Amino acid sequence: MARALINVPPTAKPGAIIEIKTLISHPMESGYRVGLNGQIIPRDIITTFVCTYNGEEIFRAELSPAIAANPFLSFFTRATVSGTIAFRWTGDNGFSVSESAEIVVE
Amino acid sequence: MCRLLVAGLLLWSLAAAAEIPLAERRSGAAMMGPDLRAMQEDDSANPAGLWLLDGAALWSRRLGEAGQSCADCHGDVTTSMAGVAARYPVVDLAGGPPMDLEQRINLCRTTRQQAPALALESRDLLALTGLVARQSRGLAIAIDDGPAAQPFIAAGRALFLRRQGQLNLSCAQCHDDNWGRHLGGAVIPQGHPTGYPLYRLEWQGLGSLQRRLRNCMTGMRAEPYAYGSAEAVLLELYLRWRARGMPMDAPAVRP
Amino acid sequence: MTQDLSRRRFLIAGIASVAMVRPAGATPEAMREAIHKLVGTAVVRPGRVKLVVPPLVENGNTVSVSVSVDSPMTAADHVTAIHLFNEKNPQPYVIGVALGPRAGRAALSTRIKLADTQTVIAIARMSDGSLWSDSADVIVTIAACVEDVH
Repeated sequence: MARALINVPPTAKPGAIIEIKTLISHPMESGYRVGLNGQIIPRDIITTFVCTYNGEEIFRAELSPAIAANPFLSFFTRATVSGTIAFRWTGDNGFSVSESAEIVVE
Repeated sequence: MCRLLVAGLLLWSLAAAAEIPLAERRSGAAMMGPDLRAMQEDDSANPAGLWLLDGAALWSRRLGEAGQSCADCHGDVTTSMAGVAARYPVVDLAGGPPMDLEQRINLCRTTRQQAPALALESRDLLALTGLVARQSRGLAIAIDDGPAAQPFIAAGRALFLRRQGQLNLSCAQCHDDNWGRHLGGAVIPQGHPTGYPLYRLEWQGLGSLQRRLRNCMTGMRAEPYAYGSAEAVLLELYLRWRARGMPMDAPAVRP
Repeated sequence: MTQDLSRRRFLIAGIASVAMVRPAGATPEAMREAIHKLVGTAVVRPGRVKLVVPPLVENGNTVSVSVSVDSPMTAADHVTAIHLFNEKNPQPYVIGVALGPRAGRAALSTRIKLADTQTVIAIARMSDGSLWSDSADVIVTIAACVEDVH
């Protein structure tokens, strides 16, 4: 079960710079660790994170195996109008999780 | 390297275990760097929050023969469970053995919900335990040490003092006698379980106090106590009593 | 006594073999190469970037990293990308992010794995194509009593 913890301020003044914090459940298996059977544990990571604000891409990250398990990302954006801030994580083995949060700008 | 240090430590610390005076007790959180303390204290940055989300979903999920959820009996977890985890493990007034929070949750499942017990250390049980423990954050650990509990606390303390494993070490030799010194690259903590279940960076996940005790015992090259065994719960009880009055910071973050 | 000694040797051998399981890491040269691949022959100047990593890390599995870049973040003058590199992990590239004037503030926080004591480098690309960087030295300590190796 992949869960994501999103922190977006529910309200903001127009033009305010807001911080967005995201956490998602994922092992971020690096592909460099050796399992009990002596075999390399296959890589299983999130490779891409994209954040959109009312459909417009505002932030994108390309992740490597060096990102810690349960990836945390925090970044900023300018609150412009009320709407939806959407998040999408994709990765190895068809991993794909989407979340969104509403923001009221007034 | 670590084992060599342990062997060295043995040579210069044969003094009898003395309990840490109450006023000198320090939680593991106090020994962490500011970045880890900040990670622990910010609910939107503490990775244990991912387990709390699961816990909240499980709290209201109806299941078992009884078709009941935790919430059906207990209502809002933030009020009904406030301070509960601070009292665990508890000793049965009828003289039965102590029961920890995980066992209490499973007792609820098997008797009230009439559902199978959750496997110890499973994600679901950690999620529920974490959710309940979160409701005691900031509250003082309050273990009942009345007459019924005394013999069990004493038995737990005996385990704490018992030398075991290939390194012939006791818990007390590290955590009473040598806390604050280094073992490998890490500072030896006093070993107060204020924050369990906690997110340990070593595990990259949430784990129980019993899991941590098993790691200690592996380090001592002793046979780790089985999850839910009588010894594990007695040691848990003693450690929680030893930390009595200290504020809970569950679900904590530790290195 | 000899038995004790041989057991100790065995224990040390056991620990050494555990250490050997770790894959060969990247090298400072590999990091330079990775940076070269990103920026080509462009000059990367120190400054305008602030990289914050705890100087002493208690567990390399999860290391908090923050990067902020001094930029007005206007349409005419803003940060377009931030990249993070390390010297000694199996791969030198850690994370790259794309952002624009819309961000308001050019800053990023994440958590990374560090296999060993090493230098971490952050590079920011500006809208005028200039490249700026900051580096930080991190000491990674090793936890004492951990789970059985698996």
